[in-house]
Amino acid sequence: MSLDKATVARIATLARIRVAEGDLDRMVGELRNILAWVEQLDAVETAGVDPMTSAVEVTLPQRDDTVSDGGYVDSILANAREPVKSGAGGFFSVPKVVE
Amino acid sequence: MGALTDLTIADARDGLRAKKFSARELASAHLDAMAAMRDLNVYITETPERAQEMATASDARLARGEGGPLEGVPLAIKDLFCTDGVLTTAGSHILDGFKPPYESTVTANLWRAGATMLGKANLDEFAMGSSNTTSFYGPVKSPWRRPGDNRDLVPGGSSGGSAAAVAARIATGAIGTDTGGSIRQPASFCGIVGVKPTYGRCSRWGIVAFASSLDQAGPLTRSVRDAAIMLRAMAGHDPRDSTSVPRPVPDYEKALTGDIRGLKFGIPREYRIDGMPPEIDTLWERGVAWLKAAGAEPIDISLPHTKYALPTYYIIAPAEASSNLARYDGVRFGLRVPGESLDDMYEKTRAAGFGAEVRRRVLIGTYVLSAGYYDAYYLKAQRVRALIARDFADAFRKCDVILTPTAPSAAFAIGDKADDPIAMYLNDVFTVTVNLAGLPGISVPAGLAAEGLPLGLQLIARAFDEETMFRTAGVLEAAAGFKAKPPMLGA
Amino acid sequence: MLIAGETGDWEMVIGLEVHAQIVSKAKLFSGAATVFGAEPNTQVSFVDAAFPGMLPVINRHCVEQAIKTGLGLGGTINEVSIFDRKNYFYADLPAGYQISQYTRPIVSGGTVSLDLADGTTRTVGITRLHLEQDAGKSLHDQHPTKTYVDLNRSGVALMEIVSEPDLRSPEEVGAYLRKLRAILRYLDTCDGNMEEGSMRCDANVSVRRPGAPYGTRCEIKNVNSVRFVMQAVEYEARRQVTLIEDGGTVEQETRLFDSARGVTRSMRSKEHAHDYRYFPDPDLLPLVLDREMIDAIARRMPELPDAKKDRFMREYKLSNADAGVLVAERASAEFFETVARGRKDPKQAANWVIGELFAALNRQNRTIDASPVTATALAGLLDLIDNGTISGRIAKDVFALMVETGSDAASIVEEKGLRQVTDVAAIETAVDKVIADNAAKVTDYRGGKQALFGWFVGQVMKATGGKANPSAVNDILRKKLAG
Ligand SMILES: [Mg+2]
Ligand SMILES: [Zn+2]
Repeated sequence: MSLDKATVARIATLARIRVAEGDLDRMVGELRNILAWVEQLDAVETAGVDPMTSAVEVTLPQRDDTVSDGGYVDSILANAREPVKSGAGGFFSVPKVVE
Repeated sequence: MGALTDLTIADARDGLRAKKFSARELASAHLDAMAAMRDLNVYITETPERAQEMATASDARLARGEGGPLEGVPLAIKDLFCTDGVLTTAGSHILDGFKPPYESTVTANLWRAGATMLGKANLDEFAMGSSNTTSFYGPVKSPWRRPGDNRDLVPGGSSGGSAAAVAARIATGAIGTDTGGSIRQPASFCGIVGVKPTYGRCSRWGIVAFASSLDQAGPLTRSVRDAAIMLRAMAGHDPRDSTSVPRPVPDYEKALTGDIRGLKFGIPREYRIDGMPPEIDTLWERGVAWLKAAGAEPIDISLPHTKYALPTYYIIAPAEASSNLARYDGVRFGLRVPGESLDDMYEKTRAAGFGAEVRRRVLIGTYVLSAGYYDAYYLKAQRVRALIARDFADAFRKCDVILTPTAPSAAFAIGDKADDPIAMYLNDVFTVTVNLAGLPGISVPAGLAAEGLPLGLQLIARAFDEETMFRTAGVLEAAAGFKAKPPMLGA
Repeated sequence: MLIAGETGDWEMVIGLEVHAQIVSKAKLFSGAATVFGAEPNTQVSFVDAAFPGMLPVINRHCVEQAIKTGLGLGGTINEVSIFDRKNYFYADLPAGYQISQYTRPIVSGGTVSLDLADGTTRTVGITRLHLEQDAGKSLHDQHPTKTYVDLNRSGVALMEIVSEPDLRSPEEVGAYLRKLRAILRYLDTCDGNMEEGSMRCDANVSVRRPGAPYGTRCEIKNVNSVRFVMQAVEYEARRQVTLIEDGGTVEQETRLFDSARGVTRSMRSKEHAHDYRYFPDPDLLPLVLDREMIDAIARRMPELPDAKKDRFMREYKLSNADAGVLVAERASAEFFETVARGRKDPKQAANWVIGELFAALNRQNRTIDASPVTATALAGLLDLIDNGTISGRIAKDVFALMVETGSDAASIVEEKGLRQVTDVAAIETAVDKVIADNAAKVTDYRGGKQALFGWFVGQVMKATGGKANPSAVNDILRKKLAG
């Protein structure tokens, strides 16, 4: 599976990381090398092997349905850029989204 | 700088209890040493006020005859652990100014045990690296140098600041995280002890996530006993982490009996890799001899999928990371680069906020999870991972513990391997299997390479059998008698 | 329903994805509250806001609610299911992924039976039900250049219930949503409140020639009332027919319904193709359910609308239509049953509930839970009719007073002196007086104008203030007029 510039550009968009046009070629090279290296795995026979789903052998713990968290809007907004107060609460803000 | 910074945790604990010195004196000695060694770039944030406050409180408790198992012991905290009200960066520009309004479970456990925080230790950005050179805050210099060679060396990584702090005697102990070898490899490079516990042993709550199925917190110390003391304080079930295991935590120090008679230790033939310096092989042989001399029996074992562990890791870890790092988007915390639209802001913020290695891994991870490639890469890797875990399960039917080198080389100079990601990844060839299988591993300093740099040996045990791991490590440590210190500290 | 196009008939094919908010105190993976309408970001934990190092822990009650719903829909509860991450960037998705279930949902299969206007029923298949987190809310209208984000809803538990593409008309869509809503409300797993967004619907719409393979579908996102979903699918199907007949092709895309204009339009913000990169969430382990737990929930299941309707028809001899109206809401069915239980004429009870009570509730714009007349009070009123204390006509006046005052029927009858006169002598006196005072009419009647009988009854009732027992009045009048 060979990686091209268009694919890297698409992946970068999916990951929301701006890659300058001029950096694409270098990026293609780097990623191709790494992918070629990990493709060694093709040599491993894995027919009938279930993929590992967890490194621990316990079942999913479940908690009770009680309200035990939240209610600290100031802490939630304390690290935010451009928070907006509103009544007893407040909002995060981002550039306007057009739907 | 006197003897106070040279004490092990066990000695400091005993000295404090016996009132030979106070926790404040111990903290101050370290804070002074930290100031004198800022050139190493070990700490991203020093917390002297907090250290003094905590030490003062420890002195009060000690005066009342109270105090926990780490009362007054000054520690360096890898800057991947969220600490309440204290800048937490993960070594990344993207967490600019982030002060968590909460404390990680592991650090909270340490503070409850009485420990003192000296500061937040430098690391590879988001723990992605094996040399501590990817930090936005600059590389950490190892306190070690090759005799007659002035080049700065890497401390290993990603917990490079933590390892360097302990080796340079500017922390009595430290905590790190280990996703593919990030505690054990820097411990080996810095001539100290590093433990990656069983997956699920320490809570991941409040640790900035890199690869959730692999990340584990663990101690870096100057003795096996210190690591045992620290791990006991750090570990334990946490209902806030669904992968934390509800098992009691044993008193690991009690496991250090020095008696390994009858123990079977495995020697995996696949760990003898091409191009490994012969002195590492020699050291490994020596390790075998030491354990044999103590009455243990060597067993040849096979871990046939070893050579696939790194490629497996470099699919799974970036895949998980690409998703774990999606939350760094400029909205709720950290860096924001303004943009014309929401996506423009995301793309600019993440391009500016993440360094080259993080960007590379996020892109690889995004690719291997994307439509059409998921089965070929991610699912394939999880199947191979199952085979690697099965290799260990088979091996542990024949032996109780496995002995290997920790890393395929000693420390290298800052800047080496910088242009070759894969060469850098190979640092973790002996450690990464342990993370993939979720097992506990420890690196014990075992000798010096010809060039005068430390080398470690690794012991791997069954899941949740840290006691056998510590017991064997204690014997290895005693036999190796590693006493070397970084030359900069003087004799 | 077929759409008549220029080139022939078209069939619409619709599948629905309903997001139903689970009734729970706390969120699916955090301990923050779920109450609707709180001040922005006041019901948000660090987990819901995806702060560094935060981890999910699942709410047992939400799992049980999903199991209960799965059983209610006749689905299979999967003993092992997996939580996956669905990765995409959006302002109100703080982690950059939604925890959902992709390859292995908690429930597979099931059915919903539709009650159609013509009295027939039709079965619609359920593909799956899975658990997932809700996103936060983006407010686009608060600032000229900014979108505001409120994460109160972020992390609230949802069940995504996916139907097979079995629906063929807006009417069926409406019937499906109403029935599903009724089932969820019976189970108390979702309050079904579409206005508050606790039930939201995505519709997949395509058209084809009857019997032909499926056409390309468009997904209409997040429509928030039954009526709007019906309008949206109708508009969308017609749009596709026109498009195809004009020589165009339908493109698979996501569309929004503009309820003000009654049209669907392409979503500009979803320009780049999605690639959700699903993979199992490494912060969670497989959800393993034990049989015991599932069986215990199965044993506690309430009677559901279809079963209740059958029973009402069987046990109370109600018509299909009446039983259908009564079981549409669990509360009205229970109200009816409290009134009807042990009564000789349950049909009469149904008439009162569907007629007088529903009319009164409508006028007051109240739900049955807030009815001013309780079921026991209505039963008390019917008792007074049955034992002859009041007539059916007086009962309507008494009911009006009950609605107005909240008093019980017996007190109102006593207080207002409305007790029916059954004393034969008193009625005879009144009849005698009416006959004596209206000699001419009596002559006419006796001369064959039988229609006057009703007039005489009215006069007697008037003289007795409406309280005379109507059948006694009839008997006595008939006898005396006969001479
Ligand atoms: Mg959907
Ligand atoms: Zn959904």
